[in-house]
Amino acid sequence: MFTPSHFTAVLLFALCASVVFGITMRETPQRMVRYGLYCFLLFVGSAIVLSWGMYLIAR
Amino acid sequence: MAATPNSPSTPKSAPQQGFVYLPLIVGWLVPGAGHFLVRKWGRGLLLALAILTMFVLGVAMQGKVYSSAHDILDILGLAGDLGSGLLYFVTRGLGLGADQVQVTTADYGTRFIVVAGLLNVIAAVDAHNLRTGRKPA
Repeated sequence: MFTPSHFTAVLLFALCASVVFGITMRETPQRMVRYGLYCFLLFVGSAIVLSWGMYLIAR
Repeated sequence: MAATPNSPSTPKSAPQQGFVYLPLIVGWLVPGAGHFLVRKWGRGLLLALAILTMFVLGVAMQGKVYSSAHDILDILGLAGDLGSGLLYFVTRGLGLGADQVQVTTADYGTRFIVVAGLLNVIAAVDAHNLRTGRKPA
């Protein structure tokens, strides 16, 4: 059984979803890569920001 | 006076011969196969890798594979799982995945499996758009 940490799961999820979003939502390879990176950073960044938000609310 | 090129201003469209829904159906059944049909080998390989990885990770995390629809959340989960095409049926046939979520990582796994199905639907629609010429190749 694979038991990743929450952050590892976020990274894996963001990586796979970003690849699909990048390829399907843009037309040229360069724009695909840029949009994929943008989605990946948004996934991971929003997870970190929301995590800190919940941590501060819980204190 | 500048000479204008003697060419039509409308963009080239892909040939509409044959069954245009084939990449959609094949892409749904097998992740990435729709792109292979329209000869987008690299894109198809990356899509297949991403979707297969997500699905396999979800099953490896003992995620729940929806098999019945008793309430609205189960219906939505089942719809997402069905997006994986043959992967879903093979997984059900082999008895993989979990019937009930018992650990935290299994909850992540359940989401991975559902989202893999939804991403596969997006990829299949993209293959269909490439086939019809709605998306430039």
